[in-house]
Amino acid sequence: MGLKTVLHPNHVALGARMVPFGGWDMPVQYGSILAEVKAVRTEVGIFDVSHMGRVYISGPQAAEFLDWVLTGPASALRVGRARYCMICNPAGGVIDDTIFYRLAEDRFLLIPNAGNRVEVVGWFQNQVDEKFAGGVTLDDRTLETGLIAVQGPGAAVLLDGLGGLDDGRGFSALRPFAHSRGVFEGVRVGVGRTGYTGEDGFEMAMESPDAAAVWETLVERGAVPCGLGARDVLRLEAALPLHGHEIDQNITPIEAGLGRFVRDEGEYVGAEVMRRQREEGTERKLVGLTLPGRSAPRAGYAISDGGQTVGEVTSGSYSPTLDTSIAMGYVLTRHAEAGNRVQVDIRGRSATAEIVPFPFYSRARSA
Amino acid sequence: MNPEDRRYTNEHEWIKIEDAQAGQALVGITEYAQDQLGDVVYFDLPQPGDTVTALHKMGEVESVKAVSDLFSPVSGEVTEINGELSDRPELVNEDPFEQGWILRVTMSDASEVDGLMSAEEYEAYTGGL
Repeated sequence: MGLKTVLHPNHVALGARMVPFGGWDMPVQYGSILAEVKAVRTEVGIFDVSHMGRVYISGPQAAEFLDWVLTGPASALRVGRARYCMICNPAGGVIDDTIFYRLAEDRFLLIPNAGNRVEVVGWFQNQVDEKFAGGVTLDDRTLETGLIAVQGPGAAVLLDGLGGLDDGRGFSALRPFAHSRGVFEGVRVGVGRTGYTGEDGFEMAMESPDAAAVWETLVERGAVPCGLGARDVLRLEAALPLHGHEIDQNITPIEAGLGRFVRDEGEYVGAEVMRRQREEGTERKLVGLTLPGRSAPRAGYAISDGGQTVGEVTSGSYSPTLDTSIAMGYVLTRHAEAGNRVQVDIRGRSATAEIVPFPFYSRARSA
Repeated sequence: MNPEDRRYTNEHEWIKIEDAQAGQALVGITEYAQDQLGDVVYFDLPQPGDTVTALHKMGEVESVKAVSDLFSPVSGEVTEINGELSDRPELVNEDPFEQGWILRVTMSDASEVDGLMSAEEYEAYTGGL
């Protein structure tokens, strides 16, 4: 039995199918995954993401510490802003990818993946003890708080009708990757304009006893509860990496095409490998694949070109939004050019796939 | 909930005899199977004229999250596949026992059906899964 989020009884009451994920017992779907994906693309879907970590990093050396363990710049981040980046090992492999928020000059919130939380906190503590002893405090509050993602083109209007920020503005005043504190139906929340779906949206954190009320209000107002199944399809359509698939301890952000989240300057864990790979290139590269039809390549399927195995699929699915099959995978760099056609071995059937630029899906942006 | 006018496999296919004289039968997957699979998006099926063998793999069904083998309940020759499914695979989710039938076969040995589970036995079987 895995850990249960504070919203576990809500999922069971809604008839969700629960599965083990990252050490937690999580809803994979409430009804139809396709309907849940559609809700997020066209209206509003909500996700219990309380399984993801909430790790607070504070102290006079907090920014300096994060500059050291993250590929993104923490000290240059303004209070009220958030950023996506990687936590790398000394070989440049990705321990985890994360969004971190600067709450105050000397206080940050970092969101590791559920399955990596314990490892990330352990690695951080190790680095604090080694280099920043006395200057940084780590506080893992994952089990005392709830986290709900509200995603979709209708998310801003829905939330504005139910509360607002402490400065009197609506939640919709937040720009992408900005965050603030506010009140939602009487509940104190921390809210960021972030997500993992490729759609506009928000992520709201609250103390555990308040989470069910927030969830239930959103459901009453028509937001569609969505599980991990829909979340995986949505993030794949938006070509967002999933740790354990596109990135892991043996893959660098440069190989994964995440170089824009890795800084050039400064010393940080893995920096040497990043700089070398940027200069010399990498042997393999993450690519997008599209295939006509609905039969999807799945993780682990071989990719070949001219009869030679050149790589492997890391994630794949039928994309309901694009009505075609999509996948991500690593191929040798000389085969990775967009427009190149390769073969994917789908359980003995050879299917032709085209290498395409990322993302597969990107939302229409107004203003 | 499993209709009594047919027999069931361990792998969650059903077979319904349409014409015992001609050995003609309809094959599909059960409510339990469609519920486990979730949204079905694709079938890889034998074609009319192909032979199938009892309890051997005859094709695949893909849902958004999973791929599952389809097993033939009996031996025989495929005479028709449900053409509706290529455009509307969701029929299998919506109505697995009727509109969502998968294929029609002419059985080569109708006695094979006797070895399959009754509705009641299948109910007990899935209840224990």
